Amino acid sequence: MAANATSTSPAIGVAATLDWPEILKTAVFAAAITFLLAISIVGVETQSGPGGLTLSTRFPEVAIAVVGVFFGSMALSLIRGGYPVPAMIGAGLVTGVLLVVLVLEAENPSLKYLLPFQAVVIDWGAVIIPAIICVRAAQVAWRARRQATGAGDTAIGIQIGGLARRLMPWVGLIMVVVAIALPWLPFGSSQRKIIDICTLVLTYIMLGWGLNIVVGLAGLLDLGYVAFYAVGAYSYAMLGANFGWSFWICLPLAGIFAASFGVLLGFPVLRLRGDYLAIVTLGFGEMVRIILINWWWVTGGPNGINKVARPSFFGFTFERTAPEGHRTVYDLFSSVFGQEFTYNPYWRVVFLYYLILACALVTNVFTLRVRRMPLGRAWEALREDETACRALGINPTNTKLTAFAVGAMFAGFAGSFFGARQGFVSPESFVFIESAVILAIVVLGGLGSQVGIVLAAIVLIGLPELFRELKDYRMLAFGMGMVLIMIWRPGGLLAHRDPTIRLPKDPAKPKSPA
Amino acid sequence: MEYFLQQLINGLTLGAVYGLIAIGYTMVYGIVGMINFAHGDIYMIGAFNALICFLVLGVAGITWVPLALLIVLIVSVVLTSVYGWSVERIAYRPLRGQSRLAPLISAIGMSIFLQNYVLLLHGARGKPLRAPISGGFTLMEHDGFTVQLSFVQMGIIGITVLLMLGFTYVITQTKLGRQQRACEQDMKMASLLGVDINRTISVTFVLGAGLAAVAGMMVTMYYGVIDFYIGFVAGIKAFTAAVLGGIGSLPGAMLGGLLIGLIEVFWSGYFTVEYKDVAAFSVLVLVLIFRPTGLLGRPEVEKV
Repeated sequence: MAANATSTSPAIGVAATLDWPEILKTAVFAAAITFLLAISIVGVETQSGPGGLTLSTRFPEVAIAVVGVFFGSMALSLIRGGYPVPAMIGAGLVTGVLLVVLVLEAENPSLKYLLPFQAVVIDWGAVIIPAIICVRAAQVAWRARRQATGAGDTAIGIQIGGLARRLMPWVGLIMVVVAIALPWLPFGSSQRKIIDICTLVLTYIMLGWGLNIVVGLAGLLDLGYVAFYAVGAYSYAMLGANFGWSFWICLPLAGIFAASFGVLLGFPVLRLRGDYLAIVTLGFGEMVRIILINWWWVTGGPNGINKVARPSFFGFTFERTAPEGHRTVYDLFSSVFGQEFTYNPYWRVVFLYYLILACALVTNVFTLRVRRMPLGRAWEALREDETACRALGINPTNTKLTAFAVGAMFAGFAGSFFGARQGFVSPESFVFIESAVILAIVVLGGLGSQVGIVLAAIVLIGLPELFRELKDYRMLAFGMGMVLIMIWRPGGLLAHRDPTIRLPKDPAKPKSPA
Repeated sequence: MEYFLQQLINGLTLGAVYGLIAIGYTMVYGIVGMINFAHGDIYMIGAFNALICFLVLGVAGITWVPLALLIVLIVSVVLTSVYGWSVERIAYRPLRGQSRLAPLISAIGMSIFLQNYVLLLHGARGKPLRAPISGGFTLMEHDGFTVQLSFVQMGIIGITVLLMLGFTYVITQTKLGRQQRACEQDMKMASLLGVDINRTISVTFVLGAGLAAVAGMMVTMYYGVIDFYIGFVAGIKAFTAAVLGGIGSLPGAMLGGLLIGLIEVFWSGYFTVEYKDVAAFSVLVLVLIFRPTGLLGRPEVEKV
């Protein structure tokens, strides 16, 4: 729990004298805090029984946590005090022993008593903490040695950052090429799963790029973005189910509906600033969800709408047999390529993947282009200083409304794609936590960085999908991960943002002294 | 009339709980300028601490109600305050001075973490508690409809009033309150004048968590069932209350809490239960249209 205290830079290389009473005091304090945190919630388990709640205790776990935090705090104090090597050895030993026991335990169950906790997942989690301390200590020790030998002291982070910046135009291109080639790469049996996960990640990338227009460009904090996503999904589901309209007609309509909702929300909140806006958008998101649940004769209530029509390949269906007067995709391919194509559900998965890839790229290109247009510049100016904007004759009302509407429109597109992919929609998919995750993707990626959003979506959505077996622990790690990434990189993964506009380099004209 | 009176009593009780949680939001916002999204979950932790303490006391055989209540109150406030302190220390302090969004995301992460932490340790099922206090006064009886004021409701309203008085005293009269107000106005200047900012902010979080714990304990006794998810809904409502009253203003938070509680109860009583949250948010939007800084909030003066 004291892992964040390492950010202060110690006097590296100088053999400082250790202040043992202080170190002990810190460690005891940390251990006492851990004890108070754990004693009731962890130490006592409530179990629902037939006659009410019964209690059972988990005091060994509390004791282990307290002891662990005590030594962990001492290790951190050692690192900060300029003695990283003992901390590294100690943490390394603990990590090693735990790892060995964990690996051997699968075959030799009697070793289970050596493990700190009963649940194996928690044990793995417990391994990570000394491992991180060990790595951190090694890093500090290595840097101290480099400084002592007089090597150049450019932090690796800055080097990587600079490299990334130069490569940035290429990174985007490479990502797009990889994304396009992905369905054709040989992954064997896990191919389908990988495409599914990538489709999901791309949905969030698109949502992130859409929200980035509102939050990153226009600087309006929107905590209810998922409402527009819901509007898009339900428009497609309802239009498709009630009127039998095809996906390709509903997609733009869903965008228009969502955009109108954006304007609808925008109007009352235009005068609000900052966090007042945040709570109103949050409330709006909740209102949309509550209405979706309770307006059951239209929206299907908590059960949602089943049998949402699957999208077709421009009128050619992916089903095994086409309805009257239509053809299947396989017939089309067979006639175009002169080769027999048979029914294969994988094609639809690939098609959906390309569909969301195209939608996401459209969002991206739109953002990149609009930043060079008067509208985009007005958004960014509004973010920086609203008062100055008014003075310069920018109409803040219209500018904010367009930002809301455009951001909502892309959420609507993504929503109708979501409905088409899932085949059903229900209010459960549009809870506040979704808004929070999308916002987290935007902020963790580094506000305004398009590539950063891709990275953050992969980290926040793709990684947890790979660890589905961990079930509930997944969300625990997800929450802690959000906190840790934010502390590690407060400006986001790629905090760099290019200036929208550069002054022309003209040596004849000296910079005006500010 | 009787129905109205009963709804009024219920509304005031609910509003008092929202108000207590809202104070935590509004204090933190006033001083640090961030939305502490994990505050609702701190309240949930407070409710669980109270529940566990009740059960342990039951096992230990302490059954004299006033003593048990006092012990539960103290223990759950202390343990929950430690959570408030730790959340600030781990998730917010390293981010001080960063952009406004960084602590917000960190807070959302902390909220997800705390929810799943309790979910993993105690399971998803609602935890029932047999009411330690039952009974109450019958205020009125008319045409077979009785207006009840239960002892728990009296306790909730009474304790809330006491805490509000105590809090107003702390903020306006003590050294700590002066330091808090100084930090609220200008953190850098306050630190130059010798105010320990880290300590003041920590104390603010501890106080907020303590109030949330009281609210959690009272809700455990009032409703008799809690689960790991109660923090989210209550948190959103309390935050709405804080904004409605004018974020940063303590009386505003209490007023906002009471209003939200009354709106919810009256809407459920006279219209439809399903749309009570919609009603609460709609009132918020309406108020913000006409008073963009809430009912008692000071208008923001922007210097250019």
